[in-house]
Amino acid sequence: MEDMIFYDRMQFAFTITFHYIFPQLTMGLSLMIVYFKWKFLRTKLVQYNDAAKFWMKIFALNFAMGVVTGIPMEFQFGTNWAKFSELTGGIIGQTLAMEGMFSFFLESSFLGLFLFGEKLLGQRLHFLTGLLVFLGSWASGFLIIATHSWMQHPVGYEILENGKYVLKNFGALFSNPWLIPSFLHNQMGSVITSSFVVAGVGAFYLLNNKHSQFGKLFVKTGVVFGLVSSILVAFPTGDWTAKNVAKYQPAAFAGMEGIFETEKGGAEIVLIGQPDMENKKLDNKIAVPNVLSFLTYQNWTQEVKGLNEFDESLHPTNVPGLYYAYHIMVGLGTIFIGLMVIATIQLFRKKLYKTKWILWTLLFMIPFPYIANTTGWYTAELGRQPWLVYDLLRTVDGVSPTVSSGNTLFTLLGFIGLYFMLGLLFLLLAGKIINKGPETEKTV
Amino acid sequence: MEIFWYIVLMVMLTVYIILDGYDFGAGIVHLFFAKKDKDKKVITKSIGPFWDANEVWLIAAGGILFFAFPTLYAVAFSGFYLPLIMILWLLIFRAIGLELRGQIKNTIWEAIWDKAFGISSLLLALFFGVALGNVVRGVNLGMVSEGVAANEGHYFFLPLWNSTFSPQAEHLGVIDWFTLLLGVISVIILLIHGANWIIFKTNSSINEKLKKVVFRLNFVLLALVITSLSIWDRIEALPFHNFMDHPWLFIFPSIAIIGLLGLFKIKSFKKDGTGFIFSSLFLFGGLTTTVASIFPKVLPSTNDVVSSLTIYNSSTGEYGLSVGVYWFIIAIILVAIYMFVQYRVFSGKMDDNSYGEH
Ligand code: HDD
Ligand code: HEM
Ligand code: HEM
Repeated sequence: MEDMIFYDRMQFAFTITFHYIFPQLTMGLSLMIVYFKWKFLRTKLVQYNDAAKFWMKIFALNFAMGVVTGIPMEFQFGTNWAKFSELTGGIIGQTLAMEGMFSFFLESSFLGLFLFGEKLLGQRLHFLTGLLVFLGSWASGFLIIATHSWMQHPVGYEILENGKYVLKNFGALFSNPWLIPSFLHNQMGSVITSSFVVAGVGAFYLLNNKHSQFGKLFVKTGVVFGLVSSILVAFPTGDWTAKNVAKYQPAAFAGMEGIFETEKGGAEIVLIGQPDMENKKLDNKIAVPNVLSFLTYQNWTQEVKGLNEFDESLHPTNVPGLYYAYHIMVGLGTIFIGLMVIATIQLFRKKLYKTKWILWTLLFMIPFPYIANTTGWYTAELGRQPWLVYDLLRTVDGVSPTVSSGNTLFTLLGFIGLYFMLGLLFLLLAGKIINKGPETEKTV
Repeated sequence: MEIFWYIVLMVMLTVYIILDGYDFGAGIVHLFFAKKDKDKKVITKSIGPFWDANEVWLIAAGGILFFAFPTLYAVAFSGFYLPLIMILWLLIFRAIGLELRGQIKNTIWEAIWDKAFGISSLLLALFFGVALGNVVRGVNLGMVSEGVAANEGHYFFLPLWNSTFSPQAEHLGVIDWFTLLLGVISVIILLIHGANWIIFKTNSSINEKLKKVVFRLNFVLLALVITSLSIWDRIEALPFHNFMDHPWLFIFPSIAIIGLLGLFKIKSFKKDGTGFIFSSLFLFGGLTTTVASIFPKVLPSTNDVVSSLTIYNSSTGEYGLSVGVYWFIIAIILVAIYMFVQYRVFSGKMDDNSYGEH
């Protein structure tokens, strides 16, 4: 069975990872575009409007990629995970259908107006369409996270005799304790991505001595948004999410933190180390005693359960992957905060635009929020294994019974080829837009 | 409750076909009839602000199907695995063809994406017709052979084709002469529909030519529809029993006939939008007639061991279905408002205004 689902898992992981590259920028950037547009209405400085227009070009391209890679996601539940869909569709289909009805319609109708309608609508209405696009994309994030939260922590359901799960309490889907922390954390992650992209492009212009006015604006805006979101992603939202995992998925938590044995008198926090699965320990460990207990339970000596407390069948299937994914995310998060704090200090000292090394760092940091977001999702998903719905449905039992692995491999290869092309085109065209730079208009 | 969601689903799918249908059709017109660069631009402009929202009807209908009829969603999507994934690939090609064409000014670049957009529109129109054909014809649910089901539940898997290409063979394929016939009908009607949209929304230099094309193709369409109706009883034993039992259902075929006949007058319409209304009527009538003929089945079984999937044995629990009604009503009102605003702002001929490129 394990082999049979291998390609299905690869296909899901590949297509969702690729899809999520785009929405994270969509959600963060729509916020920043609305900010530019708002500044323009307040100050009447045309530069803000030009900035909004420039980012709308990137946004439009990015959005199109998000749409085309998102549609396969929706269908894949049925094509590759048919058993899962049949059993739980009445519940997770509910939030997915709401996503289509409430957010995708909102986003796509007003995106057309936002992109093509500035002259027809006038500035105030144009701002409003931008705001609606932003709302649509965040609502979309909310509903998809609601769906995902149910898989991590199922609530409000009932199991029928034929094994199907049906909804018993609609409200529970939204009062799910997993949902709000996860949503806020995820949204902060996407604001980080857009801040780094905006700041990085600004740094590119400054280093190039091109479009310097815009360069300064982008660096400044990116750094301010970046500072706030980097702090919020760690505290309170990251911390809050981690507490949820410790509470509801203790085995996953042990795997994430690399705790093989329960430690008496308080758990240490591991900064560096490589899981050695054969001997069930961490190699080359650097750790600080008792800190994990404090962070998780606000109590220096509280014990944190290790993997040894759980039956093998409940262990996350890929402990090293889980452990690395988590540590990469948290490590990058710490670096983001550090960089943004330094950049903000330089900004206040009015030296940022001349501090070459920070500008270079900002430029090279562009890919890292993407990595942090992706590894964050890997933490969530690998931690959930071997369950598809935590504690209810195993991944092996969710796959389509009649689709052979040969067929799945065929479509997986197709997706890889197609997405490889999409990725190249995206980079080419985004590079072209960025290289050309914002256009300045004398009048609006 | 099942009936409510069935109607919702069918209406959404029909709206999807009418809306995304015109942009598929525009793609086919673009492929075959738009020779001058200017006409090509005008055509893509006429669907520019709309196609994305049109596609959302498919996504949203997919969501409704998933939640209200999970068994149907699971069985059909895994059973029609290959054609569905190919539809997804085509949708990707079409969308990037549209979006990327204008990004670089270079004749080769433009030619590649024009073709990507045109060909994938054509193939999608064909595939959607074939899909409809498969649903009407039914499949070997449970993969029964010699009276024994090979799979639990209703699960099946269909290859793209079998060597006989016959809808009556023991081992069916997705493509056979019957489903292909519906595919061709679908291409022709969507071509007509897309041409009507272009006539309606643009001043392009090919509008007069397109009217002639619509007029001629309408004869072909009529002939193909009559052919398919005359062989329908080979696919279904009692093809029209629902209509005999419930004569009010004849409204649907009547609407289709009005749409079809109305199109013959295309050359004398005073308003440019009239043709579009008639082709929409035909699409609406044709689709509703087809699904009404198999109701309450949604995926008929071709064997007697595993029962057909109906709206009753594929739906989720009563509570979930009822609670969904509340949010659905709110959502659909909002959607209607969005569409009103969208089509209001972009009313009139698309090339008259400078909507601004992005
Ligand atoms: C820029 C992105 C980013 C950064 C810097 C961080 N995270 Fe994160 N994290 C995400 C982006 C993300 C994410 C991709 O958005 C996830 C995946 C699921 C979710 O809701 O958010 C996530 C999930 C996630 C989980 C949930 C795993 C699960 O659901 O099983 C935990 C416990 C943390 N994060 C904790 C943290 C902590 C303590 C951080 C401290 C610096 C941190 N994250 C930084
Ligand atoms: C919020 C919506 C999401 C839902 C509903 C969802 C659902 C699923 C499902 C059904 C699977 C397949 C079964 C399994 O292997 O467990 C899966 C696996 C996976 N997903 Fe997610 N996912 C979501 C978001 C993401 C994102 C954004 C990423 C990455 C960027 C991601 C990464 C993965 C990976 C890596 C796997 C494979 C895990 C494994 O098989 O070991 N997921 N997810
Ligand atoms: C963390 C997980 C996810 C988030 C936050 C997210 C968010 C978004 C957002 C904001 C969009 C708007 C377009 C864009 O981003 O460029 C989008 C597009 C889309 N997503 Fe995702 N998504 C996630 C995962 C998924 C999954 C698992 C599915 C499968 C059900 C999915 C299905 C879609 C579809 C169908 C679209 C196209 C919508 C359109 O036409 O406007 N997404 N997603």
